[in-house]
Amino acid sequence: MSDRMLASRRGVLDGLFLPKGEEFSLTPAPDAARFTLRGSPQAARAFGPAPPQVLRATSKGERLALWLGPDEILLIAPGEDAGAVQTELEHKLAGEPHALVDVSHRQIGLVLEGRLAARCLSAGCPLDLRLSAFPVGMATRTIFLKAEIVLFRQEDQRFHVEVWRSFAPYLIGHLGEALIGATGL
Amino acid sequence: MSEAFRLPGADGCPIRFVFDGMPYQGREGDTLASALLANGVHLVGRSYKYHRPRGILTAGAEEPNALVAMMRGPGRMTPNLRATQIEIFDGLEVRSQNAWPSLALDAGAINDIAGKFFSAGFYYKTFMGPKVAGSGLWTRVFEPIVRQAAGLGARTSEPDPDRYAQFHEHCDVLICGGGPAGIAAALAAGASGKDVVLCDEQAAFGGGLLHETRATIDGKPTRQWLAEALAALRAMPNVRLMPRTQAFGYYAQNFIALSERVADHLATDHPVRERLWQVRAKEVVIATGAIERPLVFSGNDRPGVMLAEAARIYLNRYGVKVGTRVVLVTAHDSAYRAALDLKAAGVTIAAIADLRSDPAGELVEAARAAGLPLIADARVAGTKGRLRVSKVGIAAGVGATRWIGCDCLLMSGGWTPSVHLYSQSRGKVVWHEDRQMFLPGASVQAERSAGACKGTFALATVLAEGQQAGAAAAGTSSPSITYVVAGDPPQSGGHLGRVKAADGASGKAFVDFQNDVKADDIDLAVQEGMRSIEHVKRYTTTGMATDQGKTSNLNALAIAAEKLGKSVPEVGLTTFRQPYTPVSFGAFAGANRGELFDPLRRTPTHAWAEESGAVFEDFGLWKRARYFPRAGEDMHAAVHRECTQARKSAGVFDASTLGKIEVVGPDSAAFLEMLYTNPWAKLEPGRCRYGLMLNEAGFVMDDGVIARLAADRFHVTTTTGGAPRVLHHMEDYLQTEFPDLRVWLTSTTEQWAVIAVQGPKAREIVAPLVEGFDIAHEAMPHMSIREGRVCGIPARVMRVSFTGELGYEINVPADFGRSVWEAVWAEGRKHDAVAYGTEAMHVMRAEKGHIIVGQETDGTVTPDDLCLGWAIGKAKKDFIGKRSLVRPDMVAPGRKQLVGLLTVNPETVLEEGAQITATATPKVGEAAQGHVTSAYDSPALGRSIALALVADGRKRKGQTLHVPMPGGAIAVTVVDPVFFDPKGDRLNV
Amino acid sequence: MLLIHCPYCEMERPEIEFRYAGEAHLARPDNPDDATWAEFLYLRTNPRGMHAERWRHIHGCGRYFNCLRDTVSDRIAETYKAGEARPTTLSGKGAA
Repeated sequence: MSDRMLASRRGVLDGLFLPKGEEFSLTPAPDAARFTLRGSPQAARAFGPAPPQVLRATSKGERLALWLGPDEILLIAPGEDAGAVQTELEHKLAGEPHALVDVSHRQIGLVLEGRLAARCLSAGCPLDLRLSAFPVGMATRTIFLKAEIVLFRQEDQRFHVEVWRSFAPYLIGHLGEALIGATGL
Repeated sequence: MSEAFRLPGADGCPIRFVFDGMPYQGREGDTLASALLANGVHLVGRSYKYHRPRGILTAGAEEPNALVAMMRGPGRMTPNLRATQIEIFDGLEVRSQNAWPSLALDAGAINDIAGKFFSAGFYYKTFMGPKVAGSGLWTRVFEPIVRQAAGLGARTSEPDPDRYAQFHEHCDVLICGGGPAGIAAALAAGASGKDVVLCDEQAAFGGGLLHETRATIDGKPTRQWLAEALAALRAMPNVRLMPRTQAFGYYAQNFIALSERVADHLATDHPVRERLWQVRAKEVVIATGAIERPLVFSGNDRPGVMLAEAARIYLNRYGVKVGTRVVLVTAHDSAYRAALDLKAAGVTIAAIADLRSDPAGELVEAARAAGLPLIADARVAGTKGRLRVSKVGIAAGVGATRWIGCDCLLMSGGWTPSVHLYSQSRGKVVWHEDRQMFLPGASVQAERSAGACKGTFALATVLAEGQQAGAAAAGTSSPSITYVVAGDPPQSGGHLGRVKAADGASGKAFVDFQNDVKADDIDLAVQEGMRSIEHVKRYTTTGMATDQGKTSNLNALAIAAEKLGKSVPEVGLTTFRQPYTPVSFGAFAGANRGELFDPLRRTPTHAWAEESGAVFEDFGLWKRARYFPRAGEDMHAAVHRECTQARKSAGVFDASTLGKIEVVGPDSAAFLEMLYTNPWAKLEPGRCRYGLMLNEAGFVMDDGVIARLAADRFHVTTTTGGAPRVLHHMEDYLQTEFPDLRVWLTSTTEQWAVIAVQGPKAREIVAPLVEGFDIAHEAMPHMSIREGRVCGIPARVMRVSFTGELGYEINVPADFGRSVWEAVWAEGRKHDAVAYGTEAMHVMRAEKGHIIVGQETDGTVTPDDLCLGWAIGKAKKDFIGKRSLVRPDMVAPGRKQLVGLLTVNPETVLEEGAQITATATPKVGEAAQGHVTSAYDSPALGRSIALALVADGRKRKGQTLHVPMPGGAIAVTVVDPVFFDPKGDRLNV
Repeated sequence: MLLIHCPYCEMERPEIEFRYAGEAHLARPDNPDDATWAEFLYLRTNPRGMHAERWRHIHGCGRYFNCLRDTVSDRIAETYKAGEARPTTLSGKGAA
């Protein structure tokens, strides 16, 4: 292999302007190994976090498990190698009917922080994002205007958003517009 | 002249603005209307149809007359704004509308004299009138004149440079209207700790309290009480006050739309002009107040004729006298308050003409005591004055008409509760005969009305009702505090429909000022057969358009009812449509414009294509490289070169947009057996197969190559546009028809960047990059897949071909797509490979007779129609669509089948979509034999080719058919759809 | 925009997260004759009143489920999981 070129990574956010304000920041989440795990929610245990309840996320260390549907969990392992995680999990889940599919590059993670984070999200997301309705630890797939996203509230004023890569510029563009649109709010 | 009509001692910073080119001075806090009135300006516009001079009728959102255009620079002209709502600022420029050459000298006013030609139904009668055959007189002559003359403001044609924001909002209690009821509701609901939003269309909260000078609440002047209440609300973190925010639409499940004016009142730039709020409220309190009703008498539309309470608002809130000598015509006690306040401010009250025969009550007595001349049982003959009212003709009963000089005529027909939002919530209003009002009936949604919009006018009761509504909406018990109100004498009265005419009455009596509908027009509509108020509305245009009949509905209804001899509820009420007041198109568009209108999906190698000069085309939301022109090349030349070189050496193509679905689980094969026509059970891991997907009706809905990675794992590809549809369809069957199958579907379209290398040199290009498997012909035959590494990255490589050439499709995780593409490209350059786009791809696949779903299919095409019968697993017991394939219609002769077409002239490229006929000059009514689905100039054949669906096409090979075109029919020969390398020799190398 | 209760997410969610998927409780017939099959393909009850229909929470949990909706008032009376029987408590028109 030494005479061969080793391909390099180029993320979809390269060269993209990320909106920032005093009360809102949008930063890329670190590269991560990501999987959709289908079948028994109990299979999440093999990954580490406890099986998440309906519309909730669980974590163990850096690893996250997000409930997306009755038999669908999104696994996120920041900084880890997808191949290694897949090997590890397939080994543990051998014999148990399931589907583990690598989606590490299908989508990207974004972190929205600040007092206006929920407000900016509300420019495109019709869900009630008040803490009483969307508490810390809640995760769900939903919609932001014409882009589907996964929304996970990590703290009162901190959201983790997953979006398919080709929709990312659209989402980010609208969040930037929303931040300006929220001037004075 | 500077603010001659402003009360002495008025505070507020002076503000300079321009109206119709003239500079004026107003005060901070003024609306355009109050500022103009302060300068004695009543004439502000010309009416819609008759171009009659019009003034300011009201002091609020219901204004039908004083519509103006605000000029804010290029692209920022806003027409039809109500002068009563525009807040003035330094440098504001406003123009009147519908007048040429000037407001005072409007040429269109000829319509007023020619009025009898513009009566109700004018448009219908004219449009439906006898046609002068072939003259085009109407479209060339009359229509342009009518269009020029009618209508209100003009629009701007430049793009709107402003920004409009949109937000969703959720709250426990939304209170629409910030008058006394709304504020009392907010205080009560806010105290509960629930999330409360209080919105009001005006800049200042308070509604009627803002101009109430006589009453006290809890011993305090109303304005002091208001200031304290607002301070209390501002101190509540759970209460949000939204001024300049109109609740304009009430939709299902307490979904309410608000439009907030953010910047139009500012002299300085602001990044946002308006915000649209989509609010979902658990409970809603409607506290939208009531609108004073004009009286219908001749000449009731002259500048200087105004609603009585509006005059009181201008006086008490803005410190502006609407005139020096005022006559009031009223049927309601509330006008007496205006008379008393004006008198106290030094205005001469020339007369109060009360339509009632025996006006009585505290306010009437107060007026008498103040020495105001009162005429009971009054009748009105009309008004005089060209650009401003100068006289009004009044008679007491059947007595002689007396023309009373005045510079302002105030009128009050009583109050119409604003039930618009309630009605939009699908609640049914109820007619109260005793009060002559439509009032909210039972709630259909989680809402309640309070205050004047519910027919409650006494301030103490209004406050109590608001408080109870707020508490109930917040789910708390009724609060114990009660508001003590003094100085708010009871009021009654009201009048609907025409005012009795005095001797010598003449002239137009207007019902709907904005749409220029007269009382006579409504009579005429009834006379001409309109029975329902909905018909009367459409025939006369009363209550239409942006005004939605705020001041006119009830008068129109009463006049129609009288003419029909029916009661008001029998005639019925028209629908209150959203929006309550006009909303900018920009607010509805929000940020969804330009680049952000739709997601613009780009592939991982998009930037490379862009840098290489690619011309892109839209494929659904995707941008795909269509061709890569070199200097001097047009599309035809570039595509010709790309095709030729790909077949000669190799071409590199970005296939990343192809849909990809990973089908995983022990029952994967069984599932695919049901979803695709082909057999899958025996497909070995490492092999691929062309898959054809039908809908249940037996028609082709998608196709693609499906690769088996393992016993329980398939890599399914779909068409670019079909990916979401196919996954949705698969999930449908999996979840609802075959829920017992242990198989799961995951979209991996965006996980993989896909680089196709097609051409005789493809293997030589790909081989150096591959690690971990052998891509030699024997080791990796056509239609196979291998997992390994490409450029050191985990990859899936498929040996597949859409072009008919030896081909590989390299799938690598998307972030590596650009880098691997560059590596492939570097290898390709060694062999003179080209990058090719979708256009060359289309040409090459057509040369091979490969279909594209959506181009060769239209939802009515079966596998057999496409000569794809071979793709059906004959031994399969069932698959989606199988049963339909043997329905009688599906096997009947005469179905359209896929064929190739060759034009007699090889230079002629047919038009896609063109119809095909049996004869060159088909007779009218002769059925087409089919249509052209694809047509290109083929580099491989050195001539044009086409694919087509032709009735019984397979039996017609060799026949000549015709494609009639505007320039004459084109003769074509029916041939086999595979034009190039029919045996597929080029694949097996 | 309606709010629709997703029986899998166990909460009301905005309509734009969902996609309508036609009439519910249509069984794919086994060995049908032409007429039965054509009816299955093309004929629907299209009632005035309560209608059992399928929706998918496509931008949420992804699940198909069933829903009783009054086609006159557009009000949703009940939603229930795929595979569950149509609730018998609500039927006919006007119920809401």
